[in-house]
Amino acid sequence: MADTPVSPGATAALAATAAPGQAHLDVFRYDDKIVRHFTLATILWGFVGMLVGVIIALQLPFPEANLGEYLSFGRLRPLHTNAVIFAFAGNAIFAAIYYSTQRLCKARMFSDWMSRFHFWGWQGIIVAAAITLPLGITTSKEYAELEWPIDIAITVVWVVFAVNFFGTLWRRREKHMYVALWFYIATIVTVAVLHLGNSMAIPSSFWNSYPIYRGVQDALVQWWYGHNAVAFFLTTPFLGLMYYFLPKAAERPVFSYRLSIVHFWSLVFIYIWAGPHHLNYTAVPEWAATLGMVFSVMLWMPSWGGMINGLFTLRGAWHKLRDSAVLKMFVIGITFYGMSTFEGPMLSVKSVNALSHYTDWNIAHVHSGALGWNGFMTFGMIYWLVPRLWKRELWSQRLANAHFWTGTIGILLYVLAMYTSGITQGLMWRAFDDAGRLLYPDFMETVIQIKPMYWVRLIGGTLYLGGVVMLMVNVWQTIRRAPKDLPDPAVAVPAISGTPAKDLVTS
Amino acid sequence: MFNRFIKANGRHRRIEGWPLVFTVLTVLAILVGTVVEFAPLFLVDQGMAPNPGVEPWTPLEVAGRELYIREGCNNCHSQMIRPFRQELERYGPFTTPAETAYETPFLWGSKRTGPDLARVGGKYPHLWHVRHMENPRSTSPNSIMPPYPWLLTRTMDLDGLSGQMRALRTVGLPYTDEQVDNAAALARAQAETIAAEIVEQGGPDRLADREITALVAFLQRLGTMGAASTAEVATASNSGGPTP
Ligand code: HEC
Ligand code: HEM
Ligand code: HEM
Repeated sequence: MADTPVSPGATAALAATAAPGQAHLDVFRYDDKIVRHFTLATILWGFVGMLVGVIIALQLPFPEANLGEYLSFGRLRPLHTNAVIFAFAGNAIFAAIYYSTQRLCKARMFSDWMSRFHFWGWQGIIVAAAITLPLGITTSKEYAELEWPIDIAITVVWVVFAVNFFGTLWRRREKHMYVALWFYIATIVTVAVLHLGNSMAIPSSFWNSYPIYRGVQDALVQWWYGHNAVAFFLTTPFLGLMYYFLPKAAERPVFSYRLSIVHFWSLVFIYIWAGPHHLNYTAVPEWAATLGMVFSVMLWMPSWGGMINGLFTLRGAWHKLRDSAVLKMFVIGITFYGMSTFEGPMLSVKSVNALSHYTDWNIAHVHSGALGWNGFMTFGMIYWLVPRLWKRELWSQRLANAHFWTGTIGILLYVLAMYTSGITQGLMWRAFDDAGRLLYPDFMETVIQIKPMYWVRLIGGTLYLGGVVMLMVNVWQTIRRAPKDLPDPAVAVPAISGTPAKDLVTS
Repeated sequence: MFNRFIKANGRHRRIEGWPLVFTVLTVLAILVGTVVEFAPLFLVDQGMAPNPGVEPWTPLEVAGRELYIREGCNNCHSQMIRPFRQELERYGPFTTPAETAYETPFLWGSKRTGPDLARVGGKYPHLWHVRHMENPRSTSPNSIMPPYPWLLTRTMDLDGLSGQMRALRTVGLPYTDEQVDNAAALARAQAETIAAEIVEQGGPDRLADREITALVAFLQRLGTMGAASTAEVATASNSGGPTP
């Protein structure tokens, strides 16, 4: 994967020095500006989305914090989920994809204007979400709350992104696609299929529509989408990210090529079946829920295949963890991935789901994946990328380490509080006294019981957000000291005859 | 055999050089599960036929349902009772597919920060809901539900109602032309009745055109049609799930 970086002025000379008889050299530049854009957007929206998370975490134990119509819990919660998933995690995976795809293909992105269109189009969609959701404009379908005009905009931007990405593959100068690219391919095509499938609706006005599915069908389509949004927005692109940035940061090759083949295909094949585990014991047909459960349990293995390939990549490099906040974050991230993909199959088992469904146990599961895996993989990537993108050492390693510890403690407080409250709820709801009557017939009894846990979660979430503020300060201080002029890095690689090279630096 | 495929420089290596083939294979991989799970449901129309007793929402209830969605009540309330003894005791008969046949979007929810509402219809008088929505802590001390005082002051917007009913008819709800065209008038008539009942119960006399009335109409109708028969419930609670 070693590129040959050259200084901008030397490019023409480099191309000229290619000795006769030796392969002809293509000299071109990577587009790093777009990666800087996506990186900054990740940090900004991460802060906003998690701030909203902290606000709704406060509203639960302290309803007085519901400040009027536009800021009440029911409207802010979808804003939180959309902001952290599509704005924070979304921009993070775009940064990862734009940075690594160019390097793995040895080519500049297919089209500069498409990259810009993708970036600004996506930010526009986020702003539209941030306006419409507090206004109460929502479809109510989880993680697909945005109304149909925004859904169409998402489709357009996603198609441009796909063309830009596949165009880059087409122009690549590297014969074989590295495993990270497989995961990006799976992400791009599957998200498109899911989005189109679940958003089918008949509009009644510009800001209102009804899904074409009803009842049981709507539920199954929604959770086919919802579960695979987790799979193909929060899992596969992050595995791609892991496969590129972890070996780079550890300076070790990936543990096992064979394992990556086996776990890639089994993950992609099995994930799509698992949606009905969100609908255990509901009105959906029994066979659908059972199928979902069986495939969810099978999913454990390919998921752990990814974790093992990640953690074992560090074989012989564990000592590097001591000095590297990047590696520390990756390790915690992958560990949480392992934990939530063990927990997920367990939650899918009907007898466990009977207790956990509807409770805070779900919230614990979600956030061990979201804060641990998605959050920490993103932060690790940012700490690795920023010095390279801005050509300047990270301002403070100590602050990055402080972020690591604050974030880790934050996650632990968050998830331990939610496990406690979730299991408490589940047990109290099903408790009977000796006479066979509900032991806690008044719903408020559980609410009062778990309120303290809501406060603990608030503390955990606030610590985690504090970590994000540390990241912001660190990145800001690094950028302030960065050179004013940041030309795109030029590289020279042997030309592959037959590839249409459009990205050459012309002298 | 398998090893030939995955070994270094094996068959898989070749596919890695063909992005188009690779992409097509990926699409096939995700379509298998999709088709197997959905085909039966869409072909057989299972769970789509409503029970004879289930009627689509009245125009006012449609308006109320839109408010429920606008305020995001589904983020805290489920509407899906599972066949466990503890749920039957707490919330009533479990929810059947036929009952939800007209639900678009479905509002089953995934979180019970508050209690299930699938059968809240008729549980309280209208006035209780009015007071509860205005300030939940007035009826339920220590409640953590947000207050919705604006529902009592904002006037109902019925301009879009005919359009909504028409769209609902397009996706399969059996509304007549009359219902669609006169949606707003029908809604107003039902709202007058409910507002009068609120007054009878000792409530304020100015709610007929307020949003709260539509929401109350919707809440009071929940779970009142097409519930599972007692026999079905008995079988389910004997066989179903881990009842303690
Ligand atoms: C933050 C979560 C939350 C939100 C959002 C929320 N609720 Fe509640 N709701 C609760 C809690 C907790 C209770 C139980 C205590 C009480 O009665 O207030 C409750 C109780 C209820 C009850 C009484 C149920 C019963 O069987 O006693 C109704 C009806 C209700 N809510 C309707 C709504 C409606 C309509 C909305 C949206 C406008 C809404 N809720 C939004 C948390 C919430
Ligand atoms: C500071 C950090 C965060 C805090 C304080 C926070 C807080 C919350 C709260 C209070 C809820 C509502 C829980 C409920 O309804 O009972 C929630 C839901 C959710 N959050 Fe977060 N969150 C944070 C970060 C994140 C991140 C980074 C992600 C994803 C990448 C995320 C994804 C979600 C999702 C998907 C849900 C919905 C869960 C469900 O419906 O089951 N959160 N969060
Ligand atoms: C093998 C992998 C996984 C399986 C089998 C799995 C399974 C489950 C199950 C059974 C539920 C509970 C459904 C319910 O009772 O309502 C759930 C909820 C959820 N999981 Fe996972 N999970 C897995 C991995 C992950 C990961 C890695 C993440 C996040 C990054 C994640 C995010 C979520 C979210 C957001 C929800 C909440 C959905 C909602 O109700 O709104 N899951 N998962």
